Amino acid sequence: MRGRVVGIAARHAFLWLVCLSALYPLYFIVATALKSNAAYQLDPTGFPSHPTLSSLRAIVVDNPMPRWMWNSLLVTVSAVAVSTLIALLAAYAVVFGRFQGHRLFLSTNVALMVVPPVTLLVPMFVLMVDTGWINHLQSVIVFYTGLLVPFAVFFLSNFFRTVPHELVEAASVEGAGPFTVLRRIVLPLSGAAAFTLVIVQAIWVWNELLIALVFLQNDRARTLMAGLAQFQGRYAQNQPLVLAGALISIAPVVLLYLSGQRFFVRGLTAGIGK
Amino acid sequence: MGHERLSRDTDPKARRRPRRRRALWPYLYALPAVSATAFAFGFPLVQVVKDSFYAGNFDAPIWVGLDNYKGVIHDPSFRTSLLNNLKLLGTVPVMIVLGLAIALVLNDRIRGMRQYQAVVFLPYILPATAIGLCFSFLLQENGVLNTALRGAHLNFLAQDWLGNSHLSIGSVGGLVVWQQLGFCVVVFTAALLALPPETSEAARIDGAGWWALQRRILVPQIRPIIELIAVIQVITALSWVFNYVYILTSGGPGYASSVMELYIWRSFSNGANGTAASVAVMLLGMASVLIGLSLWVRKQVERA
Repeated sequence: MRGRVVGIAARHAFLWLVCLSALYPLYFIVATALKSNAAYQLDPTGFPSHPTLSSLRAIVVDNPMPRWMWNSLLVTVSAVAVSTLIALLAAYAVVFGRFQGHRLFLSTNVALMVVPPVTLLVPMFVLMVDTGWINHLQSVIVFYTGLLVPFAVFFLSNFFRTVPHELVEAASVEGAGPFTVLRRIVLPLSGAAAFTLVIVQAIWVWNELLIALVFLQNDRARTLMAGLAQFQGRYAQNQPLVLAGALISIAPVVLLYLSGQRFFVRGLTAGIGK
Repeated sequence: MGHERLSRDTDPKARRRPRRRRALWPYLYALPAVSATAFAFGFPLVQVVKDSFYAGNFDAPIWVGLDNYKGVIHDPSFRTSLLNNLKLLGTVPVMIVLGLAIALVLNDRIRGMRQYQAVVFLPYILPATAIGLCFSFLLQENGVLNTALRGAHLNFLAQDWLGNSHLSIGSVGGLVVWQQLGFCVVVFTAALLALPPETSEAARIDGAGWWALQRRILVPQIRPIIELIAVIQVITALSWVFNYVYILTSGGPGYASSVMELYIWRSFSNGANGTAASVAVMLLGMASVLIGLSLWVRKQVERA
């Protein structure tokens, strides 16, 4: 009996250790962002005993942070909305239309999910230069939209397979066209799945750095991540400022996670859990 | 980063329905998706292969055949970059072993399992840029880690984690593990919880100890999932680590912690687009082998 208690205690101790290592860097970001540079220099690791918003204020005033956040939000919302819509139609066609080549179409999408974006970067950059879209948000919006489609198609096809075919067939027999069936029968059943998908995609776009860095080089056109990436060099002597910026970029993601954790876990590990 | 996902592609509705005339609407509905992927993937993939045979800028490209490839292969900094990607493969066994250990402990229906899982998963969703900035301060010469080590009288362990050319890629690997571990844990836990309890019950009644139960009963049952995660993390280590490297070390010192993605980015920034394209093609070649492998492993998972 005592062995059991010790075993359970050891397991909790192990898990606590893991959780502390997962959380410490986050604590460090928050603690540092709440310090003045002077306080940080004196004691980098200590608890912020005199918390101040001066670093947060300075980083927002010194940079077009609100503008970057707005850009990030705009890019995220448009790319996710359009790609989800496109994928809804395609996944519906794959599962309920079973057109010729739907298997090839699906496995192509699965393969494209793992193509590293860096390999697509140079041709897309040249294209955006030619169209004059460099430093305009639409350049990243259209590219992200395309990049999001394969996972969305894969995810929604998997989900649609769990929708009872009888429902769809019954509606078709009664003469409902494919769009009516999609809108009246399939979509109302897809709320949770679509929401999960939207969250996963939004996180990806919000966090994306490489493409934003290359396509948006004008200070006012940057997304939050592309802006943040400049801070390291710009504020080498003032780390609280840099981490205040980091905190601002992390906060929306963490808040979203806290409010809908199960959607994150389900979406990001899609297909594994039951 | 990790936008690759897992499927258990069960298809209960796959039985063929009676053949009817092929309708037109499915093609119309698939068309936007086909166009979007043709635009974002098809066009650049074709173009990058073409570019890899040309040099000079885009207004006046000059055909150079395989010269870009030859130049790259003989470039020591490319070799360093490739080698670093291979070194990052070392993160895969670390993540699998650690992830399994955590998942197995969680699987014992330990109290607070959901809360533990939520915390462990958290790093996975955070922007690598912000996290990279944080780690660059934690790991620098006079950063938190070294201060702590010196405070514990372990001065010999305090190193220049980012500035030492032997250590910097290892630091990148540490960051990769820190961020990706939660993903492995959650996937493994889900797989373990989905197992039928009868087998472990039977083993327990037969007197199997905790360790034997894990190693002989539980782990073998989720082996296909472990393999799938391994393939996915190999793909990550080879081709999805740009953000970590760029923020943490910028590939430095020199090219000491550069990776293929960063090499592409640097060549491109220096106007050597042909070079960038040829490395991109090589990276794609490696990726397609792995993509093929992942599709195959996926099939095994579906069958299991």
